Amino acid sequence: MMVNFILRRLLAMILTIWVIATLTFILMHVIPGSPFNSHNGKQLNETVQKNMEMHYNLDKPLPIQYLIYMKSVATFDYGPSIKHPNDTVNSLISDGFPVSFELGMITLIVAILSGIILGIIAALKANHFIDYVAMTIAVLGISIPNFVLASLLIQEFAVNLGWLPPSMWTSWKSEVLPTIALATGPMAIIARLIRTSMIEVLTQDYIRTARSKGLSPILIVFKHALKNALLPVITLLGTLAAGILTGTFVIEKIFAIPGMGKYFVDSINTRDYPVIMGTTVFYSSILIVLLFIVDIAYGWLDPRIKLHKKEVI
Amino acid sequence: MEPLLEVKQLHIHFPTHGGTVKAVRGVDFTLGKGETLAIVGESGCGKSVSSLAIMGLIDHPGKITNGSIIFKGKDLTRLTSKEMRKIQGLDISMVFQDPMTALNPTLTIGSQLMEGLIHQKKLSKRKAKKEAIKVLDLVGISNPLERLKQYPHQLSGGMRQRVVIAMALICEPNLLIADEPTTALDVTIQAQILELFESIQKRTGISIVIITHDLGVVAKMADRIAVMYAGRVVEVGNKRQIFYHSEHPYTRALLQSVVRLDQSNNSLKPIEGSPPDLFSPPKGCAFVDRCPYAMEVCGRIQPQKTRLREGHQVECWLQDTRAVTIRKEMLASQS
Repeated sequence: MMVNFILRRLLAMILTIWVIATLTFILMHVIPGSPFNSHNGKQLNETVQKNMEMHYNLDKPLPIQYLIYMKSVATFDYGPSIKHPNDTVNSLISDGFPVSFELGMITLIVAILSGIILGIIAALKANHFIDYVAMTIAVLGISIPNFVLASLLIQEFAVNLGWLPPSMWTSWKSEVLPTIALATGPMAIIARLIRTSMIEVLTQDYIRTARSKGLSPILIVFKHALKNALLPVITLLGTLAAGILTGTFVIEKIFAIPGMGKYFVDSINTRDYPVIMGTTVFYSSILIVLLFIVDIAYGWLDPRIKLHKKEVI
Repeated sequence: MEPLLEVKQLHIHFPTHGGTVKAVRGVDFTLGKGETLAIVGESGCGKSVSSLAIMGLIDHPGKITNGSIIFKGKDLTRLTSKEMRKIQGLDISMVFQDPMTALNPTLTIGSQLMEGLIHQKKLSKRKAKKEAIKVLDLVGISNPLERLKQYPHQLSGGMRQRVVIAMALICEPNLLIADEPTTALDVTIQAQILELFESIQKRTGISIVIITHDLGVVAKMADRIAVMYAGRVVEVGNKRQIFYHSEHPYTRALLQSVVRLDQSNNSLKPIEGSPPDLFSPPKGCAFVDRCPYAMEVCGRIQPQKTRLREGHQVECWLQDTRAVTIRKEMLASQS
């Protein structure tokens, strides 16, 4: 049953990626301009441009170009970048992605853990001083955009206090500020969600049952309540992960982190078609895989949610 | 014989924004070893709150303001929550009303059954599993080994209630509190569950406090019965005394409000009116507004306990010894 489910999901994932790749292709060609429109502000020689277009198959009719792109998506080989001819798209991804992935993953883990802890504390001390403090932090975290927070953090901790480096990606110290800037928003959302669902779960009958067994409050919160309270967070996790992913583009720019975000944004500005195509499909695949993991986590958290429908005869 | 449980003058208050609800206003009852006490009364009379108090599960802002709960010579109202946890599940355990919500949907039956043994009795997982299988067997669940791996939603309501009972019994407590254990179940399942309680009591000698508003359950299960009204025990006695010789007008009205199949053309007799507001309970007897025999004194002064026979007590001015002498005097003067 489980194998069947995974196979079906895999098929759906491939379909989704195909749709995304196609949409990206269409959007790419809807935007006016081409990679050779402006080269350092100068118009290229006409024959040079023709040659270049031929080299990158841009002279062929769109359906043929589409097929060529689809082939590159299927083989994970997008060829060289138009703007950085010395790099292939794959080498750009393999250079930038580990850094982006590290930043994203650390951020996600920090956001989830601190969000859960903050939410639990707020729920257990509901309507007390501690709860108000935690929720004020959460509201601030949600309302301040990460690029504003990033600038503030650099100003305070790098420039004024000089504790941490203001940019680059060299040691763990340089990872602290971008992580905080990126994690605060998701953390706040998670904390508020956990608080609400935790307060509700703690009034459930099965919590009273657990208490009637004389279990310690810690065991009740973490074994009996948390799993139930996590469900709404899991629902949101896919969206949060997407938010962190796109957040990395901005944060990487602010902190001059050599991640993938830079190539992604630059490629769109310069119409670097292979790079746009490659990075978009790559990011989409990661998101789709994350959503798949979220679905699996659902089934693990709440056994009532069936991953596979039984055949109805 | 030393009673297992003795509740004395228990008062429980719930402060709210609109005022303090005096949910329990001086409850007394005792329970011997191996005995079954039924607490009956309509909704909101304080029967569930009293049982939760014994279990140490009165939630903030609710508070025991007065009285004591003596269990095996210890006053439970004076214990810290940490000391109370050593009694919960081990000495006193509870079966809740609705088996659909009393079990955690995200944990297996086995995990919920064994956690008491593992965390309270510090048993190894293997030994706990053995005990869990034994207790599932005791409550009449087939394939116990399979069931341990299942989740609550995979069982029927009756099965779940058996699991809840098994959970309450697994640490072999001396006292089982069952709060309306059959209310949420089908009639056929109700009978099975009641029989299960009886057979368990026969085998283990456990004492049971059963809270219900179902007089049928009372007639089947109880040795003794405490009738509660508006936060007080108005009459207490053994099954015969309550069913055949009840003296409190409320108890009688309660018995008459049950449909009887053997008396045709006899329509249902509801008790007129509604219970008093427990934000400001009456000075005198709480039943006075609904009592067909109410006297002037009833509205003014709280009636005291009158012992009618061995084990049969009532809180009613009609039965007060002084009232009886007055009646005698009246009779004497008439003759």
